[in-house]
Amino acid sequence: MRLHVLQLAGIGLVSTVLIVLIRPHAPQIAMLLGLVAGILLLIPVITNITTVISALSDLANAVQLDHGLMATVLKIIGLAYVIEFAAQVARDAQEGALASKIELAGKVGIVILAIPIITDVVQALAHLLP
Amino acid sequence: MTPEIRTVFQIAGIGLLVAMLHTILKQSGKEEFAHWTTFVGFVAVFLIVIGYVDHLYTEIQRVFLSQ
Repeated sequence: MRLHVLQLAGIGLVSTVLIVLIRPHAPQIAMLLGLVAGILLLIPVITNITTVISALSDLANAVQLDHGLMATVLKIIGLAYVIEFAAQVARDAQEGALASKIELAGKVGIVILAIPIITDVVQALAHLLP
Repeated sequence: MTPEIRTVFQIAGIGLLVAMLHTILKQSGKEEFAHWTTFVGFVAVFLIVIGYVDHLYTEIQRVFLSQ
């Protein structure tokens, strides 16, 4: 599957023009249009990222990396995408405080996902130190 | 015309229609109807948006969280 970058850029340009056209008359619908345009741009990117992920998995297998580690990293990346998207939508709608809270939730979620890795690192260090 | 850009134009069309109806109703002194028109337009667009948000979330779940 190929990523049609030109098509995506076209969708972005057309959406921008339409949003600017609508915003003074119906700001609520302009916000929703921005949300839809963002989703339409993101879906093909997310779908095509499968190629990158499979390449990374092959590399991880080649160096015999723990499979759980790779899954955790991928989960964190996915969480970061969702959180970033939601926070940007909130910030677009002039809700900066809400955006900060969404980001805080994302950071806490990422730390919780990373706890097993952190414990592993600390235990390895404890083994190294006398 | 891909389905994606069609959705964008559809929502923009609803937005312009709602803005126009709002102005006309307000000019003719029907403030109540004008506000309800805006609300109904918002809900209609929101129903379209919800489907896309659902699609995005399932896609992210499929790509990143099902390893």
